Amino acid sequence: MEQKEIELLKLLEKNGRLDTVTISKMIDISPEEVEQMIAKLEKENAILGYSTLVDWSNVYEYEGVAALIDVKVTPVRGVGFDKIASRIYRFPEVKAVYLMSGSYDLSVSVEGRTMMEVSRFVSEKLSTLDTVISTTTHFILKKYKHDGIIFDEDNDDDKRIMVTP
Amino acid sequence: MSTSYLAKNVENLKPSGIRKFFDLASKMDNVISLGVGEPDFVTPWNVIEASYHSLEKGYTAYTANAGLMELREAISDYLNKTFSISYEPESQVLVTVGASQAIDLALRAVVDPEDEVLIVEPCFVSYGPAISLAGGIPVPISAQAKNEFKITPEQIEEAVTEKTKAIVLCSPNNPTGTVLNQSELEEVSSVICKHDLLVISDEIYAELSYDDQAASIASINGMTDRTVVISGFSKSFAMTGWRLGYAVGPTDIIRAMTKIHQYTMMCAPTMAQHGALEALRNGNDSVMEMKTSYRQRRNLVVKALNEMGLSCHLPGGAFYVFPSIRETGLSSETFAQKLLEEEGVAVVPGHVFGESGEGYIRCSYATSIKQLDEAMKRMNRFVEKHT
Repeated sequence: MEQKEIELLKLLEKNGRLDTVTISKMIDISPEEVEQMIAKLEKENAILGYSTLVDWSNVYEYEGVAALIDVKVTPVRGVGFDKIASRIYRFPEVKAVYLMSGSYDLSVSVEGRTMMEVSRFVSEKLSTLDTVISTTTHFILKKYKHDGIIFDEDNDDDKRIMVTP
Repeated sequence: MSTSYLAKNVENLKPSGIRKFFDLASKMDNVISLGVGEPDFVTPWNVIEASYHSLEKGYTAYTANAGLMELREAISDYLNKTFSISYEPESQVLVTVGASQAIDLALRAVVDPEDEVLIVEPCFVSYGPAISLAGGIPVPISAQAKNEFKITPEQIEEAVTEKTKAIVLCSPNNPTGTVLNQSELEEVSSVICKHDLLVISDEIYAELSYDDQAASIASINGMTDRTVVISGFSKSFAMTGWRLGYAVGPTDIIRAMTKIHQYTMMCAPTMAQHGALEALRNGNDSVMEMKTSYRQRRNLVVKALNEMGLSCHLPGGAFYVFPSIRETGLSSETFAQKLLEEEGVAVVPGHVFGESGEGYIRCSYATSIKQLDEAMKRMNRFVEKHT
């Protein structure tokens, strides 16, 4: 069963909208078993949610900016980086937080409507936190690829000729 | 009246039945094609990148006639590891312009005028014409649906005459997806040995087998010296447009093939050979990923077709299913034509692959899940209407 669960997860990771019946045929189990398996994986927190990858640059009149912020912090005895990380990741404008190896500690991904909004978040909320030593903000200029999907490419474009031997 | 300069044997060749469907389908909009005999994946990026790099480095000249030595070594290693068959890179491996050229070379190297060569229908459309062009006589054997389109030793026995020189086999098969397992290959081999035939074994789909790894007939006891194995990069590495294949076999035959190749082709494209080398060295993960996807799509399509009443066996390899359309009472040709006109789904009628393909259609599942789902819906509607 383990193998089928992984197969199911990989399919859903690529396409969260794949319907149960299709999945059941693809991995050769019944639709009910697919439902049960998904319920189980949700319960075990293997599946945390279902989202849609949007290329906002293709959405008319939508304005938005994203930034990656390198954050250096002072770890605290007993809780290490976890406590400060949790202070940061609870802000709704923070989309991702990772503890990093290398020259800084936390990598924070932030989204906002304008550069001003993101700047204000960094100067007023993030850098004023107790254990934060420094921040370096990098604004994202263009997204080429995100979560394995290449942006700006016509992915459905089949370049093959219609019928071949 | 002007003179026809055409050679008789070319004039006599029938045009492929596939052409007609191509012409029809290309004129229509919103067609979902299950008629494509090639992967829907683009070549893995590392392969493309390696080929770029070779061009940047200036590898734009001819290679040795038989192909880059490094590539021949890599092919030899790969075959040894995957199918337990061993060939000398110096004298028993020939890199060709697609597996198609390798088939042509093998036939031209061994066929004398009037020699008979057995082909197992339904099969790839080129075998018969290639035998004719080589001066031989193609002798079709009809594999039967009740045997999941597997050839039986008795059928070979019946077809053999004193003029029979060789047999062309293809497992996993285009168009049926059928794979001959080890014991079936052994049974077939014993008749082949008995009649001292040569085997031209088209194993282009061997890597794309989904249940057990497909075996090579060359690995069967006594077969190595009487088998030319044909394969290539088109299907497993999604490299159809690169035109790169190869043949391995007994030294005298490979040498003869190389001789023809040297006079008529010089060598396979150099940049494609560099790409192929990267494919063999670092392409395994990509192949595995594509295989998983083909297997899932095979399962989906076989289930959906059987549910709508077009019965088909679970094919072990390639990316085709070959369902029966007898329930509808239509001929393969009519079924395919009506399906295209009424529902905009292109399939290939089974009879173009040989007489025993009548009553069947070939559906390629090398198409996105979204398209397959939609195609199955349309076909279901079509079948309901016509039964």
